[in-house]
Amino acid sequence: MTTTTGVQPPEAPAAPLATPGSIGATIISTAPVPHPTLVRTFLAMMAREGRVLRRNLIGTFIRSIMQPLLFVFVFTYVMPKIGGGGIFGGAAGGGVTFATILLPGLMASMLFTQGIMAVTFPLVMEFSWQRTIEDRALAPVPIRVLAIQKITAGAIQAVIGALIVIPIVLLVHASGQSPSVSVTDWPLFIVVLVAGALLTSSLGLLLGTLMDPRKMQMLFAAILLPATMLGCVYYPWSALHSIRWLQIATLVNPMVYMSEGLRAVLTPQTGHLELWAILLMLVGGTAALMYLGTKAFTRRVLN
Amino acid sequence: MTKHDAAAAGQAIRTEDLRKTYKSSRGEVHAVRGISLDVAAGEFFGLLGPNGAGKSTTIGMLTTLVVPTGGRAWVAGTDVVADPVGVKRRIGVVTQNNTLDMQLTVAENLEFRSRFFGLGLRDAARRAEQLLEAFGLADRRKALATDLSGGQAKRLLIARALVHRPDVLFLDEPTAALDPQTRVNLWDMLRQLHTEGQTILLTTHYMEEAEALCERVAVVDHGEVLAAGTVPELKEGAGADTVITVRYEGGSPAELAGRAELDGRPGVTKVETEGDQVRVFTREPDGVLGDLVMAGSAAGLTVRDATELKPSLETVFLNLTGREYRE
Repeated sequence: MTTTTGVQPPEAPAAPLATPGSIGATIISTAPVPHPTLVRTFLAMMAREGRVLRRNLIGTFIRSIMQPLLFVFVFTYVMPKIGGGGIFGGAAGGGVTFATILLPGLMASMLFTQGIMAVTFPLVMEFSWQRTIEDRALAPVPIRVLAIQKITAGAIQAVIGALIVIPIVLLVHASGQSPSVSVTDWPLFIVVLVAGALLTSSLGLLLGTLMDPRKMQMLFAAILLPATMLGCVYYPWSALHSIRWLQIATLVNPMVYMSEGLRAVLTPQTGHLELWAILLMLVGGTAALMYLGTKAFTRRVLN
Repeated sequence: MTKHDAAAAGQAIRTEDLRKTYKSSRGEVHAVRGISLDVAAGEFFGLLGPNGAGKSTTIGMLTTLVVPTGGRAWVAGTDVVADPVGVKRRIGVVTQNNTLDMQLTVAENLEFRSRFFGLGLRDAARRAEQLLEAFGLADRRKALATDLSGGQAKRLLIARALVHRPDVLFLDEPTAALDPQTRVNLWDMLRQLHTEGQTILLTTHYMEEAEALCERVAVVDHGEVLAAGTVPELKEGAGADTVITVRYEGGSPAELAGRAELDGRPGVTKVETEGDQVRVFTREPDGVLGDLVMAGSAAGLTVRDATELKPSLETVFLNLTGREYRE
């Protein structure tokens, strides 16, 4: 240094951070030369999500399992035992157990809530306070790749959440209340599951980007709760024909297409929306939300 | 490659009339109003200015997270707007806020950052270990990033910014909110990095930090560069003056400058009278303060307070702006 002419603050004997003179040499001259590529960076970011999930394994597990477990327990074990099962079982006409209706509905509900929670909550944190999003934004990839990575990671969690429902519904029920489920069309099942998961995590990205952190509780009241209660989780869409206005109104709810899509491939006997309508809304909605979410996210990161 | 790109190729940082205007509901806010800088490779450069001067916005544009609304900028010869990914590969950034990944441990923060920059698992682990040792964080490698003290967190932020051997290291207010001891330690560390050839651009609102560390300094206020050069050059350019300020009570001191015969006095370069105060810029400060007090009492004014600032970046700032430096 040649220009250290200024006022020095009172010099206390400094505890050296490391052996003096060693810092620069070690970390500048002898470091391995990195060769970042888009794929490597993307995978490293996914690995980071994996590490965090694994660290919070118990919390994540409880978050994913409690909602479906309690629902199934109350509605397919407790209610039939105390004589309330008929209220629900009647929805799709005779012969269909409530567990059969509930399975695709709960899977859709999990897709929706897990997908949004996995993306929105961390994102709101990253944008507020210390703005830790800047850390990831400085990784050597375009910002939209970061958005796609968040959508992908959220979608994987949503799919895991939805799949957890299957063993629970198959195992937990009163006798005679077992669901009747079979995958009729595997490729279609995968398309519905993946498109539904990407749709919710894209919506999660959009919400997390636009949401004011002080209004987080609104997420439950204004979005998660109405979407779930009116998302054809506990009844097939066709059963709403007696309340025609509601049947029409629920069509704006993306969760309806997830529930009905899963019904179409898992429990077609309960009746479901037209398949073309389901696929159009799931795939079209995913494309639209992915575009909007990525765009909003990029605009918020770069200011 | 355009003519501009070619000119930028030899520089670590080059900006030409760089601007950022934010549009808000209450009209336009001109955060940066045309900054032109050249920083050579290997240089330790400082952007000095009070809070709100536009330093962070400037660093934001150079690190691609803020999109300029005018002018151009290159880092390591790469245009920040045309190729932000290329720039991000070549820079390390220590933001003002603590952007550590709070879900990860100290070592993991370094490992994953290394992997983001393309290192394989084994290289990333080795690199993390190297940096932990060098930055005195080895005994905290398994602690969560949330459990670090302010100084440790800052060290980890700097270590993390260096994982990929960046051409330019950016530090935004690196010692704000650190205690004096930690600050001095950090200064030593930055000097070592610079000695090893690391190009560094630092923003600070502490005059003494810029004086202690930077080879060249640009003084920034209200989004513009007021002056740039080495610290001795800046002092020379601003007259290398001592600044004596006297505030009076009991009347306006407008006439005093004449009574104390300041204008003809040897060494005096400028006399400013403003409100209740007189400010004298001089190379020969001996006796000036006494004369100002005498002249004041002769005019029936009492002295409320008086300061004498030795030549420093603070007097440079006063001379350039006519305003006292507000940290």
